Amino acid sequence: MTGNLVVAAANVATEPTLPAVGVQRAAWLLLVFPLAGAAVLLLGGRRTNKWGHIVGVAMPLAAFVYGVIAFAAMLGYPADQRSRELTLYTWIHVARFNVPVGLRIDQLSICFVLLITGVGSLIHIFAVGYMSHDPERRRFFGYMNLFVASMLLLVLADNYLALYVGWEGVGLTSYLLIGFWQYKPAAAVAAKKAFVANRVGDLGMSIAIMLMFATFGSVTFSGVFGQVGHASQGVTTALGLLLLLGACGKSAQLPLQSWLLDAMEGPTPVSALIHAATMVTAGVYLIVRSGPIFDLSPNARLLVTIVGAATLLFGAIISCAKDDIKKALAGSTMSQIGYMMLAAGLGPRGYAFAIGLLLAHGFFKAGLFLGAGSIKHEMNDEVDMRRFGGLRTVMPITFATFGIGYLAIIGVPPFSGFFAKDTVIDAAFDTGSTTGWVLGLAALIGAGITAFYMTRVMYMTFAGERRWDEGVHPHEVPPIMTSPMILLAIGSLGFGAFETLGDRLPDFLGPVIGYVPAEPALFTPAGIAALVLIAAGIVLGWAMYGRRPVPVTAPHGGPLTVAARKELYGNAVNESLLMRPGQWLTRLSVYFDNRGVDGLVNTVAATVGGTSGRARRAQTGFVRSYALSMFVGAVLLVGALLLVRI
Amino acid sequence: MSPGHYVALAVILFVIGAVGVLIRRNALVIFMCIELMLNAVNLAFVAFARMHGQLDGQVVAFFVMVVAAAEVVVGLAILMAIFRARRSASVDDASLLKY
Repeated sequence: MTGNLVVAAANVATEPTLPAVGVQRAAWLLLVFPLAGAAVLLLGGRRTNKWGHIVGVAMPLAAFVYGVIAFAAMLGYPADQRSRELTLYTWIHVARFNVPVGLRIDQLSICFVLLITGVGSLIHIFAVGYMSHDPERRRFFGYMNLFVASMLLLVLADNYLALYVGWEGVGLTSYLLIGFWQYKPAAAVAAKKAFVANRVGDLGMSIAIMLMFATFGSVTFSGVFGQVGHASQGVTTALGLLLLLGACGKSAQLPLQSWLLDAMEGPTPVSALIHAATMVTAGVYLIVRSGPIFDLSPNARLLVTIVGAATLLFGAIISCAKDDIKKALAGSTMSQIGYMMLAAGLGPRGYAFAIGLLLAHGFFKAGLFLGAGSIKHEMNDEVDMRRFGGLRTVMPITFATFGIGYLAIIGVPPFSGFFAKDTVIDAAFDTGSTTGWVLGLAALIGAGITAFYMTRVMYMTFAGERRWDEGVHPHEVPPIMTSPMILLAIGSLGFGAFETLGDRLPDFLGPVIGYVPAEPALFTPAGIAALVLIAAGIVLGWAMYGRRPVPVTAPHGGPLTVAARKELYGNAVNESLLMRPGQWLTRLSVYFDNRGVDGLVNTVAATVGGTSGRARRAQTGFVRSYALSMFVGAVLLVGALLLVRI
Repeated sequence: MSPGHYVALAVILFVIGAVGVLIRRNALVIFMCIELMLNAVNLAFVAFARMHGQLDGQVVAFFVMVVAAAEVVVGLAILMAIFRARRSASVDDASLLKY
């Protein structure tokens, strides 16, 4: 086992990275397209209001077209020559510190490029309809394009510093977009919360980069991975833990999970693009990309799996009790990314499955969120599922696409979640020993809970009697919104089978992750157990929400329901452990400043003032008293002189 | 008469002048007492010059006289102005410039 890992790491370290040739030499276009879109929309001002959304959609689409061309070019190379680098320019060159900015186009980054630009373009198209009544639609598209550019830089960078720029860029755009309706206090607070939680992760990320430079004198992937084998165990573990902290912040994993549910205050296309399909997967990308570091640190990897397993259950339990459809989906995102982290923590044999689930999740979760967005759009911005019901007949296309996403996420064969998630569960059990059993059972239980809460969402939204507010008349949304949903549903339907059957994705990713897994068997014992649990989850969901009418006001519920409604006290923990002590510290500092520092200064000033006030009384205005004091003074002076003389 | 007697006379005159300045209220009398002190000093200067056989003291006496004359001019003018404004020559009345 250990020998296997070392070989795998060595493979990655020595894997030659060739310079980009031909059409891939224009890979910078991927960044330039969305950046140009953002520049035109954000700097152009109101003049671009009329046609801004067209630019906003065209730019990611152009990047997608280029991404497909670059992908086709890559497929033309032999499997071991697909990793290409394109050096753009030297960013920093000071003494030993040398940071060339370059793009790495390999199997891993091209997967992300296609996901980001492909799913991103569909969501942009959806947003044209969704945001059509918003006076600030142009600014929205500007931010969205900026996000796409940052995310592409994050996945394409060939060194950690440029990756960090993209990393911060997505953090910034996420902040801007969550708080897009900043006149709503909840949105403004949610944006701030997301930003602060991300900063905690970014801190880990930046210290990791500093440590890399201090240890290896380099921050490029090739430089770091080439020398990481010579580093001490302590350094690799520290690097692994710091990178994990960064990944937890971006991917909303425990203990930095609390921002994701609040982030649903942003417009729904933002939730679909940033908080479901792409940005939150950046942590998984970081861990898979930093594989050579994690391969050398079993402890860090174990912690990654623990974080993943804990988060997948945590998110799933929260989802079970949320009545807000977007928050239920957000909890499910957290949970699915937990699966990805779990797989990524299993090492090279899990990387392909993590990426496979990530890509499949990109399709079905974006589809689910767009469905939720179109429902919200038609229900006058209502998101409480207790006020939905019976939407199946009035919004048939939304129902069908959402339903396919539902079947995909819970993992019913032959939808994509079945293939993507079962491989993860199998890989978890394959770890062996107690760890494998614990991780595998967590993943299995998570699958069952997923089936339950998604069934709950389906029944509360689409079935049962109509519990709508008065004056709400939902209809099917226009084609510009349904067409992206249909395309994403097709992806949810077929992508899992496409990537898993015949080992297409693992074989494709093999050279870059340094491991080619054996053909995964369909319907393994674990897979069958998962299917049984999924069926049980569906039946339970039907029994609780399909068979009985859903009450419009939420029932009191048991202690677990109450806890899940409160997001398992994640916010309470943050408040009592971080916020309150912070506030106490502030108050203490203010008190010390007022009483201590200011007190000292004020006392001195008061003493001087009081003394001079009393001394002033000597100025009586009587000339004769002045004369007397002069006389006495003169006598004393003369007396003193005489004394000294004698 | 030895110069020592002149010095003694100067001391007596100076003390009379100083006491007058301190105890009288009338500005004109105070003024005269100041002149008395100045002339006492002049007398002392001249007496000491005689004792030491030097001219310095006598020269200084002239300077003091010039200064005293100038002082009388300025001082009397101020006195006139105050008297016109307040109909009083008491220095205790003019005590507004204080804390």
